Amino acid sequence: MAGLAQTMGAGAMTNSIDEITQTQVLFVIGSNTTEQHPLIGSRIVEAIKKGAKLIVADPRKTHLAERAYVHLCLLPGTDAALINAMMNVIINDGLINEEFIKERTEGFEQLRQNILQWTPERAERITGVKAEDIRRAARIYAGAERAMILYCMGITQHNCSTDNVIALSNLVLLTGNVGKPGAGLCPLRGQNNVQGACDMGALPDVLSGYQKVKDPRVREKFSRAWGVEIPEIPGLTVPEMFEAAEKGIIKAMYIIGENPVVSEAHLSHVEKALRNLEFLVVQDIFFTETARFADVVLPACSFAEKDGTFTGTDRRVQRLRKAIEPLWNSKPDWQIISELAARMGYPMTYADPSEIMDEIASFTPSYGGISYDRLEGPGIQVPCPHKDHPGTPYLHKGSFARGKGKFIPVDYTPPAERTDEKYPLVLTTGRVLFHYHTGTMTRKIDFLNKKCPGPFVEINPADAQKLGISDGDEVYVKSRRGKIKLPARVTGKIKQGVVFVPFHFAEAAANYLTIDALDPVAKTPQLKFCAVNIFAGSEEHGDS
Amino acid sequence: MTKYVKTICPYCGCGCSIILHVKNGKIVRTSPAVNDSINKGTLCIKGMLAHEFVHSPERLKMPLIRENRSFKEATWDEALGMVAEKFHNIKEKYGGSAFGVLSSARATSEENYLISKFSRAVLATNNIDHCARL
Ligand code: SF4
Repeated sequence: MAGLAQTMGAGAMTNSIDEITQTQVLFVIGSNTTEQHPLIGSRIVEAIKKGAKLIVADPRKTHLAERAYVHLCLLPGTDAALINAMMNVIINDGLINEEFIKERTEGFEQLRQNILQWTPERAERITGVKAEDIRRAARIYAGAERAMILYCMGITQHNCSTDNVIALSNLVLLTGNVGKPGAGLCPLRGQNNVQGACDMGALPDVLSGYQKVKDPRVREKFSRAWGVEIPEIPGLTVPEMFEAAEKGIIKAMYIIGENPVVSEAHLSHVEKALRNLEFLVVQDIFFTETARFADVVLPACSFAEKDGTFTGTDRRVQRLRKAIEPLWNSKPDWQIISELAARMGYPMTYADPSEIMDEIASFTPSYGGISYDRLEGPGIQVPCPHKDHPGTPYLHKGSFARGKGKFIPVDYTPPAERTDEKYPLVLTTGRVLFHYHTGTMTRKIDFLNKKCPGPFVEINPADAQKLGISDGDEVYVKSRRGKIKLPARVTGKIKQGVVFVPFHFAEAAANYLTIDALDPVAKTPQLKFCAVNIFAGSEEHGDS
Repeated sequence: MTKYVKTICPYCGCGCSIILHVKNGKIVRTSPAVNDSINKGTLCIKGMLAHEFVHSPERLKMPLIRENRSFKEATWDEALGMVAEKFHNIKEKYGGSAFGVLSSARATSEENYLISKFSRAVLATNNIDHCARL
């Protein structure tokens, strides 16, 4: 969430899920919401029925794109050009919110200078979206009193992810669409507790509540609370860790509830890194692809066998309640970690997770008012700084977390990898409704497997015809890094020149193809874009 | 007798409230919660099946320790003892920067907090992250 932290001071969804049905315009970009966040997807459909206008920017004709007032069918990775051109229209048409810009923002003049160069015609050449459609979308968005932008992995899994988020933030500030109900900028979190994991400091540069490791006062506070010195230098991100493991700098890894062998960009790299470790511990519910590389595998129990809290995408802290005792010999993660800590001479003695939450609340300002006795009802939205605070349904009312909202001009950064004669197609990856992330949980379920049993590659009919491929054919998808074999699904729902592979399936893991170029600030891998070619399964080229 | 437990769907970040129906220690059904919930009585197909993987026979049932090319089942005492010893030795020999910890965006917040605390206070490293950076 590097982008939003820079411009507004907080990297979370600004609004509540319930506000979706109270807004006038919804702009969904880089999110196949219906499949990734079904409840939010159905709220958007509800909002349309109530008269809201929907703008969708996506290279695929998604369920929502079919219902959109304007569908901006852009080439993957060109979001910043599109958003800049929308701002160009808004400035030229005089649709900016001058009062808001004056009172609550800084850096407008610099942005204006930059945006003047971004005519819709220029953006059309980069994005493949007609200038006229960009104009329409810009006018609809800026014309609304309350508009919400929702975005997901499509925006953040590029080497320019931080820039994309900043561009969206500029658009929001330009029109004053934030700080009131039904107006804002909403990153949709993928897995159920991404917000919680970030809030708790499961990140290399911050402790709980985004308190920076670099800040000596923060280190002192935590050192006192935890009774040991906190290491000073910020740590490595996931892709950097694998790189360090490959180089032999990282010797041991402890992987809890994650399956990077399927989920990370450029897999052969990850496998090599794991093989290179002296010692690997994997803690999970199932024997995952990653567990195959482990020295010790620890059986964790599922969500149904433990107490705790999850913080949803709209910052709502809710209670997870234990329904059954741990099955077989499994234990909840919190208990395994406590026992391991004790064995290493650092006692962690919590009778139950509510005591852990009390500790969190005592030195995490945004969770200061959270305790289990307050979570019996519908949960509380953080920030909730003290016991009498009701929680925060929408952020940045009156002022931004960082004071003034900051405009930062951004330009379109071409993807780290370009298409050429040998690799003429753009591959984009994503999830499908019936499966969840790497499939460790959902693929165990018969019904879901029948609905969507295996991997596939979506390809536009025009491209398929050129390549001599028919629907259902086994094909090779090949990039500069690897290849996978899977059936083709020929469909007009995908833009010409673009192919789509879902990333849930280990047997044809799309991430063997992807590139691990990183966004320089957010360190998100470029999972969403890489150049590929497709060959019919019988052809020799597939193996070359 | 059926017991009903209100909890949260383990899948996406929407945070739908679900009711698990428990019979003789087994979850037999999931239904949507109506009151005090973001989803107000609805659930998507994944949420309706939230419990199905819980009782899967493919679950890990015991700690496993590598023995050459395969794994053998172990007790918690053996497994945790081994992890503690190896972690200790690696910390002594190379220091905290030799560790990398991946936390999970599916674990609870309390667990994520403890994983962060464990990494920093016990392993002496800031090399902690989770896969779903967004
Ligand atoms: S029921 Fe569906 S929409 Fe609701 S949290 Fe679960 S996966 Fe998400």
